[in-house]
Amino acid sequence: MAMNSTGRGDTRPIDTHQPHTATGQITTFTANRGLQIEEALIFEQGQRGRTAVDLPEPPAIKSRLGSVKPRKDIGLPGLSEPQVIRHYTRLSQKNFAIDAGFYPLGSCTMKHNPRLNEAMARLPGFADIHPLQPISTVQGALEAIDSLAHWLLTLTGMAAIAMSPGAGAHGEQCGMIAIRAALEARGDKRVRVLVPESAHGTNPATAAALGYVVDSIPATADGRVDLDALKAKLGPDVAAIMLTNPNTCGLFERDIVEIARLIHEAGALFYCDGANFNAIVGRVRPADLGIDAMHINLHKTFSTPHGGGGPGAGPVVLSEALAPYAPASAVVKGPNGFTLVEHAEGESFGRMKAFAGQMGMFTRALTYILSHGADGLLQASSDAVLNANYVLASLKDVMSPAFDGPCMHEALFDDHFLKDTGVTTLDFAKAMLDEGYHPMTVYFPLVVHGAMLIEPTESEPKESLDLFIATLANLAARAKSGDAAHFTGAPRLTPRRRLDETNAARKPVLRWRPTEVLDEAAE
Amino acid sequence: MRYLPLTGNDRRGMLARIGVGSVDALFEDVPKSAWRSQPIEGLPSHAGELDVERRMKALAAKNLPAGSVPFFVGAGAYRHHVPAAVDHLIQRGEFLTSYTPYQPEVSQGTLQYLFEFQTQVALLTGMDVANASMYDGSTACGEAVMMANRVTRRSRAILSGGLHPHYAEVTRTQARWTNFTAVDASADIDGNEDLAALIDGETSCVVVQNPSVFGHVRDLSSLAEACHAKGALLIVVVTEIMSLGLLSPPGEMGADIVVAEGQSIGNALNFGGPYVGLFATREKYMRQMPGRLCGETVDADGRRGWVLTLSTREQHIRREKATSNICTNSGLCALAFTIHLSLLGEAGLARLAQLNHATAVTLADRLAKIPGITVINDSFFNEFTVRLSKGAAGIVEELATRKILGGVPVSRLIAGKPALDNLLLVAATETTTQGHIDALAAAFEDIL
Repeated sequence: MAMNSTGRGDTRPIDTHQPHTATGQITTFTANRGLQIEEALIFEQGQRGRTAVDLPEPPAIKSRLGSVKPRKDIGLPGLSEPQVIRHYTRLSQKNFAIDAGFYPLGSCTMKHNPRLNEAMARLPGFADIHPLQPISTVQGALEAIDSLAHWLLTLTGMAAIAMSPGAGAHGEQCGMIAIRAALEARGDKRVRVLVPESAHGTNPATAAALGYVVDSIPATADGRVDLDALKAKLGPDVAAIMLTNPNTCGLFERDIVEIARLIHEAGALFYCDGANFNAIVGRVRPADLGIDAMHINLHKTFSTPHGGGGPGAGPVVLSEALAPYAPASAVVKGPNGFTLVEHAEGESFGRMKAFAGQMGMFTRALTYILSHGADGLLQASSDAVLNANYVLASLKDVMSPAFDGPCMHEALFDDHFLKDTGVTTLDFAKAMLDEGYHPMTVYFPLVVHGAMLIEPTESEPKESLDLFIATLANLAARAKSGDAAHFTGAPRLTPRRRLDETNAARKPVLRWRPTEVLDEAAE
Repeated sequence: MRYLPLTGNDRRGMLARIGVGSVDALFEDVPKSAWRSQPIEGLPSHAGELDVERRMKALAAKNLPAGSVPFFVGAGAYRHHVPAAVDHLIQRGEFLTSYTPYQPEVSQGTLQYLFEFQTQVALLTGMDVANASMYDGSTACGEAVMMANRVTRRSRAILSGGLHPHYAEVTRTQARWTNFTAVDASADIDGNEDLAALIDGETSCVVVQNPSVFGHVRDLSSLAEACHAKGALLIVVVTEIMSLGLLSPPGEMGADIVVAEGQSIGNALNFGGPYVGLFATREKYMRQMPGRLCGETVDADGRRGWVLTLSTREQHIRREKATSNICTNSGLCALAFTIHLSLLGEAGLARLAQLNHATAVTLADRLAKIPGITVINDSFFNEFTVRLSKGAAGIVEELATRKILGGVPVSRLIAGKPALDNLLLVAATETTTQGHIDALAAAFEDIL
């Protein structure tokens, strides 16, 4: 999930010349630092005419390109295969990753990505089939989709599912369109959507894109939806509520059944953001909470890899009332095998995306689910919650928990413990980088000042959590001891130190240009 | 369970520190009515790797892989050879298991390849700037129309009859539910539609695909002029990005926004996803672009580096005022794209595109000789439309029983138009051999 930069202030580099530990000080001729190699852009390396792909001479033909002019210079560099391999290998070494270390990025569920999932997705029977080849030749693919759908429906207790959305935010849009379609089908023009202050930014963005007025509901002092405020906002013009559960503070909305009742009583529908489903898989079925639609981030809960920011998949489960409005394409099981409904029929609201969905993500998620089984999924969610509470309990006296009581799968702290230290949440996060950790999500949710949202996931062993806890306790003590410079100058040991985001946005450079073009522009 | 490191002993010790007797106690906020003390029924238990592999392979075995038969299916997804280096590199854990580069100091690998990707897309499309990718070509198309609506402050989009029907349907769905108008032209089978007459003072954009879904290749310069004369934008859609190795790019024809499906470079067919949407535009519209953007900057020591930038357009900052609700890109597919294109280079791409075209011309000339087949296209890149003497859907099924995947019946894309029933889209790429072409021709001669 996204982070928010509210309250983080100017990001221009500071502390350039501040003395720091000797480790960072050695200068080298190449500017490389041991295994960390400075790598030029691919455009600064290539030579004309070189290629890493050997292709046969095309047969002589009379070209049929009509009136279109043939392509002139594109400007792509030419490299051999060893150069390309080295380039991307070096780039990879500048990345933090789950495989390399603890990645407790709250709201993102950075759990282990089993390699069996990768291998299964690459079976030619899944990877090398075309979305428009005859249905009779893709029965196994449709069965795999149907099988995954069955698991997701059983785990959520819902009536129907739309498999095609390509990501969580895409799923939100799918679910909210279904809600709007259902309301309009009964002749009900409603204009407002209620969204808690703590919601992911995608929720208000989705509602607004569909033409709804977004009405924010405040949180209570204990981090839940303010039921009285909700009641006051309900009315005949409210179309839906968009609520994340467990919520973005890492807490279960204890009034959720009552919220669902109130929403339905007012004639509105209940959209649940399923980003945090990992906390409750196998333990709570969202249908039993009274929801009408919920997306499931397969790349979070069901461990399809995050891939540096996608691709994901966001299937949406729907209640009986919303089922008729689901978009194309849909897999249908019939007496003679599986079919694919490819055109929006009847009350279907349309199409979210070309073809039938993120098949490569479906095969990975199905592999993950078959590996875990019902018992393993329940154990995974239990361990995720246990790990988060262990971190919360272990750090409650040295950092400042945002709320009392146990949490779900993520532990939320505020920046109260850094008060008067001269260290901000951002500084604290950057110091974690030097310690070899990816920071938690910072400055989200917005309802907490200087938020730090830690989601360990079930993948982390206790030994790892203990070292993490000790590290954070040490950093907290260091901040309180008055060593602000350690934090404001961090990170020092990473491939790059703090980057100037302010100037990057002020004068955006979004692509490489050849030097001669730049020279011409300067003249 | 092989993925779960906690032991019973660990769990007991951790519960003791937390001060509760069981994990169940941590769920005290769950309403009693929704609480389940037992695992959900009717689902199997965990399984070892060997067992799972058997089950997944059994499912995979029920499909007919493209690479195992003569294969001519396209219509927005194309089977190309992907060099082994691509898949090797994208499976490096540092790429595969990282997330959005929120902490740029430890994400320079992802950020630098995104910057290179943006540059490649801009160069390929002939545009000024590109974003860090979209879910796929079809969703990029819908987003492009919404961007044109923002730029022009108008709300009427004209969709070409040569636009891929799934793309048109995605855009119409966006139109219907986000409150703008999408005007459909009728199916442009012959590739000679004239959209200029449809453009009026309310038109925000014209969306035209090149090559069209029927395969026709057109110079869009005059259409661009007609758009600009009325204050509308020209959006050019490319579903076969390989074609830009051979064809003058949309940017040179006057396009304002170019969106494309990037699957053809670096990515497998995957039964329709995940793919990678490309999105490029003019510099003046940069701040209206949806999606992630990577920009160049310097770090505290003055060294060049990269960050996500212009995020004030995005949902996590702007919330209900964001340009789009999009929160990710298609990172790993964009990486596959950029690695494959780096391997090809200018010379490789040009030759590969020429090879695709030449193979398709060979196929078209062979099919044109068969009684009962008329090749409709005068121009095409690597896919064209043929009119058969019989219904195309039945023929394709018949070909499948002979282990030939012969193309896409237009009726599968456009329902309820009997006049289109005999039309078939046929594609060839560098993976198509003379033996495949002979097999298809022989089968057609037998069936028709």
